[in-house]
Amino acid sequence: MSEENGTLLSVRELRTYFETEDGTVKAVDGVSFELKRGETLGIVGESGSGKSVTNLSLLRLVPQPPGRIVSGEVLFNGEDIFALSEGEMRKIRGKRIAMIFQDPMTSLNPFMRISKQLMEITQLHLGHTRAQAYERAVEMLETVGMPDARTRARSYPHEFSGGMRQRVMIAMALSCEPELLIADEPTTALDVTIQAQILELIKELKRKTGTSVILITHDLGVVAGMTDHIIVMYAGKVFEQATTRELFACPGNPYTKGLLRSVPDPSHEEGTELYQIPGLPPDVARLPPGCPFAPRCERAEEICRREYPPFVQLNHDHHSLCHFAREVYDKSCHERESRKPAQEFTLNAPQSDSPATEQNQ
Amino acid sequence: MSSTPQEHRNAPLPPPVSAQNSSEGNDQVLIAIRDLKVHFDLGGGTLLERVAGGARVRRVVKAVDGVSIDIYEGETLGLVGESGCGKSTLGRAVLRLTEPTSGQVLFNNRDLARLSKAEMRGERKNLQMIFQDPYASLNPRMTVGQIIAEPIETFRLARGKETDDRVRDLMETVGLSPRFIKRYPHEFSGGQRQRIGIARALAARPKFIVADEPISALDVSIQAQIMNLMERLQRERNLTYLFISHDLRAIRHVADRVAVMYLGKLVEIADAKVAYDEPLMPYTKALISAVPVPDPEVEIARKRIVLEGDVPSAINPPSGCPFHTRCPYRIEACREVVPPLVEIKPKHFAACIRISPEQPYIEQVAPGDAPGLSSTGRVIAR
Repeated sequence: MSEENGTLLSVRELRTYFETEDGTVKAVDGVSFELKRGETLGIVGESGSGKSVTNLSLLRLVPQPPGRIVSGEVLFNGEDIFALSEGEMRKIRGKRIAMIFQDPMTSLNPFMRISKQLMEITQLHLGHTRAQAYERAVEMLETVGMPDARTRARSYPHEFSGGMRQRVMIAMALSCEPELLIADEPTTALDVTIQAQILELIKELKRKTGTSVILITHDLGVVAGMTDHIIVMYAGKVFEQATTRELFACPGNPYTKGLLRSVPDPSHEEGTELYQIPGLPPDVARLPPGCPFAPRCERAEEICRREYPPFVQLNHDHHSLCHFAREVYDKSCHERESRKPAQEFTLNAPQSDSPATEQNQ
Repeated sequence: MSSTPQEHRNAPLPPPVSAQNSSEGNDQVLIAIRDLKVHFDLGGGTLLERVAGGARVRRVVKAVDGVSIDIYEGETLGLVGESGCGKSTLGRAVLRLTEPTSGQVLFNNRDLARLSKAEMRGERKNLQMIFQDPYASLNPRMTVGQIIAEPIETFRLARGKETDDRVRDLMETVGLSPRFIKRYPHEFSGGQRQRIGIARALAARPKFIVADEPISALDVSIQAQIMNLMERLQRERNLTYLFISHDLRAIRHVADRVAVMYLGKLVEIADAKVAYDEPLMPYTKALISAVPVPDPEVEIARKRIVLEGDVPSAINPPSGCPFHTRCPYRIEACREVVPPLVEIKPKHFAACIRISPEQPYIEQVAPGDAPGLSSTGRVIAR
């Protein structure tokens, strides 16, 4: 299924604003991207960058008021999402586009058995009878690796651990075989070992079903191994957009570069201070006139504080919102080449004849 | 010291580890934790269970179950583990914010666990804490100035104008403008609030700070700022940290040594770099392997060790080695024998019966073998 590379989702110039006491908050301000069938797109950003609101907008789930989709176009399979009636929209939500959230406890109904919650979806969207829906529920729980699925289907959400609840959420999301799965920080509330389980599960299910995935996260490590394309958001805007390999190899935006450098990296030497982006995330209600990142940017010059930066095309598939995008990009590529290849991280023990301390870089 | 692990159960408390550890420059022990236990009694089971099982059904959470470790002056000891492993409880028990059930916490030749409330209060100026949630750990009705001044006033370290000067100094030290002294916590962002929490912890000029997940509630770009701030303060003020975190990347960066905790017990202790690059315990390996690396080339190439299942409940922890239910290397004996924490390599401790100083690499141990059962390693905790 992943062979046919048609465009599944196309978002153009999406703007979602919120009216607040502090004035208009431009939570999403001119976001555009495309998602091809079978691909995974990562949306990376800090809190308040607009990554979650972008995806709520796609499903028309932004609370109105105070929220408002001001302009833009979202085409799903060529269909204009914003032109659909509420009834037609309901047929897409949960069936053709499914979503999983960060906190599986608040997204499941605590008073309903897991089986019932799973059955509701297929009864509604696929017209299953109770018996069919029940079988499908058990089947889905087995698919997501729930041990003893038939018995555990009768349990209530509180009887499960965080990781198991997230599996239930994934089972629900995938039970109608959606064309698009939106995962909003799916592993943030989980321990690392459980995060690894869930990420592996999403990868495997994607391989089996060919579903396209949008993965929203603040963790650059998570997107590195999971995605084909990445969008980096800051202050409601797309700051950089590229294929995953290219973005990590040659970031063309000072913000992306700063984010990458501020993650402690095991191959970096100790004793050195960690790179830090100065300042605080912006107050989206009061953005400066020029580039929103300018007050924190180490490359900023006069022009950055004065003029809004252009969205520069750096490569076939690589754009960056920066006055100095080309320069930053060239420098990154150059640094990449001169750097030693990252130490391959394996867990095999050193050979017994070589003492462990010998392995210094 | 050669004997089977079970015999160690009744062995006397081990001597301070530092006694044999004089190779490094700074090996002054600041805090020595000995066989510390924190058990929470949840009361009996259901009525029926109590009738049937008598006293046995009392449910006890062994949040911290026999932890022994030294914390050296000026170091950062990283404490890692998954949620529910007891790492926060251990941190709180050291400061007696949670009462230990048994065991010792030696500081300045005094056992903190046995001090009276009043004596403990006197020691608290040396022992401070930074909390995870900067939203919940600051009183919303106090101004920043009042929050930071409180420890100074409580311990009568200064009065009047001098207090005010100290507060302003502290604010500058942690990177907050003293202009904000009259503001309330809600007017600050998460990162700034964590700075307020750090200033408050520093106000009493402590020697030792327990930092319980100080960066996990913060944005990525802010985490680096707080880690750098904490490292700078440590250099300037010769602080000793117990840095509790589930984030192995952060621990690898800030800690000198790492202790890995699983279901109330320490299972591996080593220098941070060694623990990260050459872990001995299957659990530590899996933990590290689970952390995604922000580099697609590495991510795609590497094989991740994915553990089966969840962390078992601390109410009825597994018998023997607590990790045996998820361990890919388990053998029959792991169900029965509680592995002692043994010095497998110099200054590198691990609790696994399947390895020993003679055979430290579990991959190379013959299937079914348990060299740890007959090894002669130095044991620091059972």
